[in-house]
Amino acid sequence: MTHLLDIHSLSPQEIEHYLTLAENLKEVLHRPIPKVPTLRGKLVLLLFYEPSTRTKFSFERACKILSADIMSFQAKGSSLEKGESLLDTVKNLKALGINLIVIRHNLSGTPHFLAKHLDLPIVNAGDGIHEHPTQALLDLLTVKEKLGTLTDLRVVIVGDIKHSRVAHSDILAFQKMGSSVIVVGPAHLLPTPSEAEYFKLRSGGFKVCYSLKEALKGADVLIALRVQKERHQSPLLPSEREYHLCFGLRWNHLELLKEGALLLHPGPINWGIELDPSLEKYPFQVILEQVENGVAIRMAVLLTLLSGA
Amino acid sequence: MRILIKKGRIIEPSLQLDLVGDIYVVDGKIAGLEANIEAEADEIIPAHGLWVMPGLVDIHVHLREPGEEWKEDLETGTLSALYGGVLRVACMPNTKPPNDSPEVTAYILKEAKRRAHVKVYPIACITKAQAGKELTEFGRLKEAGAVALSDDGKWVEDAELMRKALLYAQAFELPIISHPEDPKLSAHGEVNLGEISAKLGFKGIPFTAETCAVVRDLLLAKETKGRLHLAHLSVKENLPFLRWAKEEGINFTAETCPHYFHFTEDLCDNYNTLAKVNPPLRTQEDVEAIKQALKEGLIEVIASDHAPHSSLEKEVEFALASPGMIGLEFLLPLSAHLEKEGVLSPLRLAELLITNPAKVIQIPPPSLKPGSPAEIILFDPEKDNLVTPETIRSKSKNTPLLGKTLKGKVLQVILKERIIFF
Repeated sequence: MTHLLDIHSLSPQEIEHYLTLAENLKEVLHRPIPKVPTLRGKLVLLLFYEPSTRTKFSFERACKILSADIMSFQAKGSSLEKGESLLDTVKNLKALGINLIVIRHNLSGTPHFLAKHLDLPIVNAGDGIHEHPTQALLDLLTVKEKLGTLTDLRVVIVGDIKHSRVAHSDILAFQKMGSSVIVVGPAHLLPTPSEAEYFKLRSGGFKVCYSLKEALKGADVLIALRVQKERHQSPLLPSEREYHLCFGLRWNHLELLKEGALLLHPGPINWGIELDPSLEKYPFQVILEQVENGVAIRMAVLLTLLSGA
Repeated sequence: MRILIKKGRIIEPSLQLDLVGDIYVVDGKIAGLEANIEAEADEIIPAHGLWVMPGLVDIHVHLREPGEEWKEDLETGTLSALYGGVLRVACMPNTKPPNDSPEVTAYILKEAKRRAHVKVYPIACITKAQAGKELTEFGRLKEAGAVALSDDGKWVEDAELMRKALLYAQAFELPIISHPEDPKLSAHGEVNLGEISAKLGFKGIPFTAETCAVVRDLLLAKETKGRLHLAHLSVKENLPFLRWAKEEGINFTAETCPHYFHFTEDLCDNYNTLAKVNPPLRTQEDVEAIKQALKEGLIEVIASDHAPHSSLEKEVEFALASPGMIGLEFLLPLSAHLEKEGVLSPLRLAELLITNPAKVIQIPPPSLKPGSPAEIILFDPEKDNLVTPETIRSKSKNTPLLGKTLKGKVLQVILKERIIFF
């Protein structure tokens, strides 16, 4: 594997590889001194063109545990503001001796663009409304740990699917591992029938649903999404109040799920919009476990791409 | 000088001829067209197996001059045309500055006279600066030499302004060329809405962005009786409305481009900016529908929409890449494919590439009629032609055909006294 650009281009075996490696690496996180010298001397560029809290710190943490050096790039205050193109910026940074680039960008396909033009491993940390592959891998890892399997699960994703790169990666990832995915939300924020053709990896593997109650019935995993206001070119929802009323998840919704079903959220959470604040007490919500697993997954990705593990 | 072209397949839409025969050219003029000509000649061109046709007329070309000469200019753009067998080009006005004034029109004509390899006919803007707010000076533009009006690249969103344009243009017998695309529906779409937009993570451009605009413009043409030409149609949903408009007798013509009957959205895969074009490449179903529209005569013009962009505009993030691909040199090979597939006869094809586009901009098409100036192209429909940056004459190399082998190549052009071999 030379890059991690999207879930679409990963085989189930490659996904399995990342999950297994992350499971093994998790032990390091719990050592008294969580640091190993594996990537000593490697230089990782964190190229974040969009605000990020957990993904950026998660990659940073993963680098530090593996002893890789980090250079962090802020679009603000850089030559980009002087009109330098992304490709030129990156070529110049590469000349500083970088071994791998982690990129988050507001335009879909930017990691693929860099991968085409640079001879360096590229990791997609979220591109536009396209994909967020490490998020999907950490979601898989979290579900696998908690439920013991990734096959024959019924996974429901609720919210603004159209603008969610997390949803796009999850839809593909859970199907590739043998589960089925249902998406539900306001109809104009869901894939159109022709787009759904792309997301359907096998017959019965993917379904678009307009009714929240119907979608939730008997689900093993519930993934709630943030409403991506910043990606809407114009206001797409009448009001947050209406969204919460029609698509916000409340306690009574969770009763429709299978007993012990997991609740995931990629964060950041808008409590009171997509999730009722009382759901923080739901015994099977695994939101903070996701964050920890994020570090393990990113360690596995860095290790694989930098040392061929 | 006397030139004798022997035993070519002569395809002449003005004369409605498709026969094997000879053409005799004396001093830059057609002196004879017969099944067999025995005459003295300085140059005898054996044309067995070749199509011998009048030069093509392409009414949708971006020559980029003035203002974007790093992409193309009047010299290189028309050289590209010459190599493609296109001997008349109408150039779109979205230059910098845009051709919205008689001064820019006159500049283009003056420079073309000096530097162009083929005849250039400027198309002027419908609205000042293509801003969609105020009409340009149709009368003065016509006088300066504009052959049509278009805000190509932009749809005239304001229906009342478009209505006025369709009315006002009638006094000057200028066609209004619409770029049918509702920008509210297409904004940030980047690629066709469907499997490809889902795969690449873009909003996607729905067919309604085009068809809503087509229908509105047809209705305005019906009401005003104005002369409407619909540029670069790409979706299947247009067809019933085009049929209806024909039945109604609306004064319109419609155009498509080879990439809409030859390529599909899959070419955009892996963020291939060379396949980014506006309107976007669609699905196989759309390709079949466009062929059907050509077959039925609903679409009567094939144009290249030659849109040169340099690597500066193409080797960037997909969403930032300029839409468009070059097409002058591939217009005939890709169109001739329709003949191989049985969609169009060679004669019908020649109408779509020569006489029909000439009719839209009201110019006499190149012809092989004795007495006409010699503007003849010799096309080998079977010759394999590998497309590489080195073989392309346009200043820009932006085409998804790079590295592919095309069937068919223009081998020679006889332009007045000159024989040009490629």
